[in-house]
Amino acid sequence: MNAREEILARIRTALTDVPADETPDDVPVPRTYQASHATGDILELFSQRVEDYRATVIRTSAADLPEQIAAALARRGARRIIVPEGFPPHWLLANERPDGWSAEWLRDDPPLSLTELDRAEAVLTTAAVGIAVTGTIVLNAGPGQGRRALSLVPDYHLCVIQARQIAPDLPAALAVLAEPAEPLNGTTKPLTFISGPSATSDIELNRVEGVHGPRTLDVIVVDDTTPKNGEN
Amino acid sequence: MATTDTDKTTDTDKTDNIVWLGSPAFPQAAKTALADDQLRRNLRHATTTIRDKRLHVTGELADWEQLRDAGAALKRRVLRHLDSYLEQLETSVTAAGGIVHWARDADEANTIVADLIRATGQTEVVKVKSMATQEIGLNEALAKEGITAYETDLAELIVQLGDDRPSHILVPAIHRNRTEIRDIFTSRMAGYGRPAPEGLTDEPAALAEAARGHLREKFLRAKVAVSGANFAIAETGTIGVVESEGNGRMCLTLPETLITVMGIEKVLPQFSDLEVFLQLLPRASTGERMNPYTSMWTGVTPGDGPQSFHLVLIDNGRTLTLTDTVGRQALACIRCSACLNVCPVYERTGGHAYGSVYPGPIGAILAPQLVGAAGSKHTDSLPFASTLCGACYDACPVKINIPEVLVHLRAKVVESKQEHHLLPTPEAVAMHTARIVFNSPRLLGAGQRLGAAGARLISRGGVIRGLPGPLRGWSRSRDTPVPAKESFRAWWSAREQKYEGEERQ
Repeated sequence: MNAREEILARIRTALTDVPADETPDDVPVPRTYQASHATGDILELFSQRVEDYRATVIRTSAADLPEQIAAALARRGARRIIVPEGFPPHWLLANERPDGWSAEWLRDDPPLSLTELDRAEAVLTTAAVGIAVTGTIVLNAGPGQGRRALSLVPDYHLCVIQARQIAPDLPAALAVLAEPAEPLNGTTKPLTFISGPSATSDIELNRVEGVHGPRTLDVIVVDDTTPKNGEN
Repeated sequence: MATTDTDKTTDTDKTDNIVWLGSPAFPQAAKTALADDQLRRNLRHATTTIRDKRLHVTGELADWEQLRDAGAALKRRVLRHLDSYLEQLETSVTAAGGIVHWARDADEANTIVADLIRATGQTEVVKVKSMATQEIGLNEALAKEGITAYETDLAELIVQLGDDRPSHILVPAIHRNRTEIRDIFTSRMAGYGRPAPEGLTDEPAALAEAARGHLREKFLRAKVAVSGANFAIAETGTIGVVESEGNGRMCLTLPETLITVMGIEKVLPQFSDLEVFLQLLPRASTGERMNPYTSMWTGVTPGDGPQSFHLVLIDNGRTLTLTDTVGRQALACIRCSACLNVCPVYERTGGHAYGSVYPGPIGAILAPQLVGAAGSKHTDSLPFASTLCGACYDACPVKINIPEVLVHLRAKVVESKQEHHLLPTPEAVAMHTARIVFNSPRLLGAGQRLGAAGARLISRGGVIRGLPGPLRGWSRSRDTPVPAKESFRAWWSAREQKYEGEERQ
């Protein structure tokens, strides 16, 4: 008997107490927990929770977004900036500032080498969904997010998220991610849940920000509840 | 079918780390650990810190108990139908472009992984922290094949550089303080690659920076990574790794080949079930609302991440554990380590005394069951490494009733001792006698009078410091108060007589 058959047979032998006609659904799972722990203003909560991880949140209108992107990059001294495919080009209009900062936008087409990624100073992405209660952004390789390495190797991650993309809590966010726009049949894109900058608690269980992933995370929330110029 | 006994490795040819070879039984190991003041200080500091954080973030959720109930129920559902969930997982992972392997034990798993690495032509791999690969002794097995495995989690790096053993599930270097870590980095990093920076201080931020510099070249160079898995979704074939530092993302993203080693019990039914476990795990584990990074991938994604993905499903004693209807709940463990941090025994002895990669309360029920009848005096001692205070049960996010399993396993140890003795053990004699005495009010009264009189003879200042005969061991670390001169039963019947006398007057 091969290992697969043997392990399955061992399991069936071990489970002799389980009636043959029992199905998984016969084992009750109480779902009495809350669908959301969010209270008050979702955007406010999201901002607080992201900042609890010592990441910075910038709230802006769609009209001011290009200027805010440039300001954030300039503040962090980042000039060589990776911009994944699908990132709205009109958000990149401010690529020079009076203070002398200017941007060199790096495209991943053809794919950047690891050395090039390592040399980039920042990555600028969109997000798939945000989670207010946990202060999390989730990337799913959608437009403007790129492959996973892009948002990992550079030391500074600047993420733009639309206010309407922010779910109150985890269950709603997972429902969005699982939405079968892309059916879950093997084409599911990789997901990265990001809650603050990279951190460790390995030394005396004290949290220290910044190990291998981006050591700085800024999140720009575009409040489009009153759309100004039809951006999406 | 073959029984589990036919291919179980014996103590002499075992390769796994469920139990470290030559480990003394817990009482002896604990004695050594308790004498180490530095260790006790480090542990108290660390466990107190994490306990406070956990209570803070679990207290934020009014429905924490309901989440625990859901987590426990989902795990129960999985375990009762483990065979069909594994088959479903295999189908979905395969459909997504992954390759699934099955391993009966540590040896078989190590061979599969070594062969997969050899097929890539590589002789080094980067590793994400993983209990499963610790358990099977993968690094040691790969070393024998000439393959170097670099641990990339900060704590695992500290353990690896220090030629040490992990002492905690979440924070394997919890027994080390910052100064010890600085010394390890300064003296050992150069031997593994980029040396520690000159004048390294013991500031945690400086130590993290040193680890970043040391490991970055390894991440950028690595062609093969080995990881564990926190969960695998049967419905979609999605695998998840929960981490903090970004070393996990590096390993899961940059190499060409990814090999994930996972215990068969880690499967979950549906993607939506993550809404329970991604709330329970970070809060119970590091005391955060969410850990910094959670990576999920489904098979292979063209143009993004490893283009070759292997999932190695390991049994290694899990099906054996599954046969025990009381003990099988240990397989619900999500490796959060909350039970370690609240355990009064763990806080004082540390993890090494348990002699297993799985220390603390969960280790005390998991390690003996995973090795089963191949166990030793050492694993037999683990279910007794507890005061049964129940703090672990309260802390467990999936409500594993650890005290219940401890008592159950203790009974099994006692029973198996009886089977191996021609004469009844002193314990068995004592229990048998107790049963007779407790069944008879007359004998109990006589015993109490006798005991009280005898106890006063050997006591000093109202305390018995050393008990005679076979009870000496018990009294070595405990003082026993002298029993009252008069037992409650004697006092009660005297009172009754007096009361009745008064009534008559």
